[in-house]
Amino acid sequence: MIPELGHFSLIIALFLAMSLGVLPILGAARNSRVLMGVARPLAYGQFVFIALAFGVLAHAFLSNDFSVLYVAQHSNSQLPGQYRFAAIWGGHEGSLLLWALLLSVWAASVATFSRHLPEEMVARVLGVMGLIEAGFLLFMLLTSNPFTRLLPAAADGADLNPLLQDPGLVIHPPMLYMGYVGFSVAYAFAISALLGGKLDATWARWSRPWTTVAWVFMTIGIALGSGWAYYELGWGGWWFWDPVENASFMPWLLGTALIHSLAVTEKRGAFKSWTVLLAIGAFSLSLLGTFLVRSGVLTSVHSFASDPKRGIFILGFLVVVIGASLLLFAWRAPKVGLGGKFDMLSRESLLLSNNVLLSVASASVFVGTLYPLFMDALGYGKLSVGAPYFQAVFVPLMVPMVFMMGLGPLARWKKMAVPDLASRVRWGFASALVIALLLPFLMGKFLSQESSKWSPLIALGLLMSFWIIASLIISLKQRLSGEGDLAQRLRRQSMSFYGMQMAHLGVAVFIIGVTLVKGYETERDVRMNVGDTIVAGGYEFRFNGVTQVPGPNYVAGEGNVTVHRDGRLVAELHPEKRVYNVSGMPLTEASIQPGLFRDLYVSLGEPIPESEGAWAVRIYIKPFVDWIWAGCLMMALGGVLAISDRRYRIHQKATARASAEPIVSNLQGQAS
Amino acid sequence: MMRFILPLVLFLILAVFLFKGLGRDTREVPSPLIGKAAPVFSLPTLNEPAKQFSPKEMLGRVWLLNVWASWCEACKDEHPVLMQFSSEKVLPIVGVDYKDKREDGIDTLKKAGDPYDQVISDADGKVGFDYGVYGVPETYVIDKTGIIRFKQIGPVTPENLRDKLMPLIAELQAK
Repeated sequence: MIPELGHFSLIIALFLAMSLGVLPILGAARNSRVLMGVARPLAYGQFVFIALAFGVLAHAFLSNDFSVLYVAQHSNSQLPGQYRFAAIWGGHEGSLLLWALLLSVWAASVATFSRHLPEEMVARVLGVMGLIEAGFLLFMLLTSNPFTRLLPAAADGADLNPLLQDPGLVIHPPMLYMGYVGFSVAYAFAISALLGGKLDATWARWSRPWTTVAWVFMTIGIALGSGWAYYELGWGGWWFWDPVENASFMPWLLGTALIHSLAVTEKRGAFKSWTVLLAIGAFSLSLLGTFLVRSGVLTSVHSFASDPKRGIFILGFLVVVIGASLLLFAWRAPKVGLGGKFDMLSRESLLLSNNVLLSVASASVFVGTLYPLFMDALGYGKLSVGAPYFQAVFVPLMVPMVFMMGLGPLARWKKMAVPDLASRVRWGFASALVIALLLPFLMGKFLSQESSKWSPLIALGLLMSFWIIASLIISLKQRLSGEGDLAQRLRRQSMSFYGMQMAHLGVAVFIIGVTLVKGYETERDVRMNVGDTIVAGGYEFRFNGVTQVPGPNYVAGEGNVTVHRDGRLVAELHPEKRVYNVSGMPLTEASIQPGLFRDLYVSLGEPIPESEGAWAVRIYIKPFVDWIWAGCLMMALGGVLAISDRRYRIHQKATARASAEPIVSNLQGQAS
Repeated sequence: MMRFILPLVLFLILAVFLFKGLGRDTREVPSPLIGKAAPVFSLPTLNEPAKQFSPKEMLGRVWLLNVWASWCEACKDEHPVLMQFSSEKVLPIVGVDYKDKREDGIDTLKKAGDPYDQVISDADGKVGFDYGVYGVPETYVIDKTGIIRFKQIGPVTPENLRDKLMPLIAELQAK
């Protein structure tokens, strides 16, 4: 009975979402306050009913109701409680329900925090979000109902994929989906600006904090996924350019371009149509990501269940949503003015180049991901594109971008003289260059490696990082020079200034991590007998054998490896080789001792047959690897700082007053 | 005006490709490893865990490396084709039981027949990783000097066996 209640809630939510998608938009076009007024109640209503459906599915999982097909496929009575809950999004149907729930959360938040916005703007934004929600609910009810019954009920469930039984996977999908779905807000703002014909700086100001929040979630989500791959797959890699990873990386890149472009549109009124296009693009890529993952168009190591019928539905939905937005764009955007003018060298031009490079980077990931599909459809045969392609196109794009990232915050709006800028940064650049050239010589000794290694790529990576850091110092110095004591001057800077600097510093930290782990990692794949020792990177690893340890729903062979340095015990590691009871699937659980400057990483391969407890053991020393995720978290923190900027509230009040005055434009005339 | 329509046009072209892609066989993708030496490994065989297999043993012969698993549905379609092909004794076929429980792998071969000269147990997918396995089943043609010459993603069918694999094998064996 209870699961049917969930199904029924979804149907009610669908009707609410459809009403939300039609009535307020109609109301905004006809200037009917009554129709516009239903937007908020409908947004809350759809949230309540989707939350109810989600609660019902959660109940089915937690109470082991194996008469629900989806529960029987993705859970098991032995599964620990927190994973039974996380199993809700362990498969296709539940992932969609989570998607729909988060979208309704965003819509309800917009409804709550938009008191200062003009009525017709709120009506249109919520209406657009309602239409998207309706599409997803329809998709779920027609092709992927999570409440389908299994009669007679299964005695026990087939268990959650062991790879997903991990704390990282409990929070990774919700975070990532919050980001994906969050871009719908920027999209809805852009579409309602196009619908209303008021493509001025105000929509940019309103959608900016929302976009930043979505971007923060997405950044954390991607970082968590990467961290999970690092310790769970047992190979010590942190990014595989897998289609599913790329599906989240593309909207992130475009979203990054969007938050920068929004800044220019808000402050200078420039790039108006470009920003709208980016907002449409970022969300379209989120939808496309969903399509790629869910339709089975591309094969991937993530290999979720896929079904061509679902593919057709999502593709149809994509065509309607993206096609209609781009049509609207083609119709409305030509009438938008160009906005503020700027010179060849100015903050605008630097931000524009950054935008172009980020978009090209996103496009190159796109091409790499879909290239096999294009070639095949054109009859040129089957191809696969791997990490070498992505690395080859990515590095040349990121180098100039990072260079301009250092210049951007230093340049003035509108106009900047080349000699002026050059004289400001030359010492910073020179010191970054010297550090980048010399540091690799010291690195080998620092990491106790046999020989110092100097390579152009390491030097380039370090140059980029230290360039960012140097420009950051110059920028701070520039801002903080002046009257008063330092504490006062520090306080005078806006939070969004600190947010930007924090995020940029995060990029520097990220690049340091990537460069040094790639340049100086030690990897040993060895056969070890009980009591064997191996020396790697100044550490002595001793293998003390493997014992059988039962887990809640698996049996693990738990290895014991002690690590000494200069005769002192530094770590005792317990890598596991688990075999899950229900699925019989083996899983490698690496054991890692993280450190600021290096991770000690040990994972178990296979037992060596015909030996007394010998195993194949993988021993990795990963210098600075945690800096990769620390960098991502700093970027996210930068976003959080930027949103907390006090100035938003002041601005918001000011714009509410400004937009209360009637703005007459020829566009409005055409819209009504 | 035109430049504002451009995004729409590009998107519609993309949509056509995506639609075509839905009906596509995603599995037949050659690997960047083609023309390169087959990655070396040493793993226990399925039936006798004590015995190790390494591709080095196969030097001097043209052979097939077929990646399969008991949990793989498409492998069941492929299986009779391999059974037939192996009875012709054209070349040795080495199976890799990929991310599979040993007992399940043995059981499958016991029930459905064993087309392989040797089967390797790759329980944690190490070989699969080195060979860039995209989806199971996959089949590699490796020549006398240990170079990968062809990779088939997805089941081997009688048609591509006849049109692609057989001519290539004959050519490689003649060298």
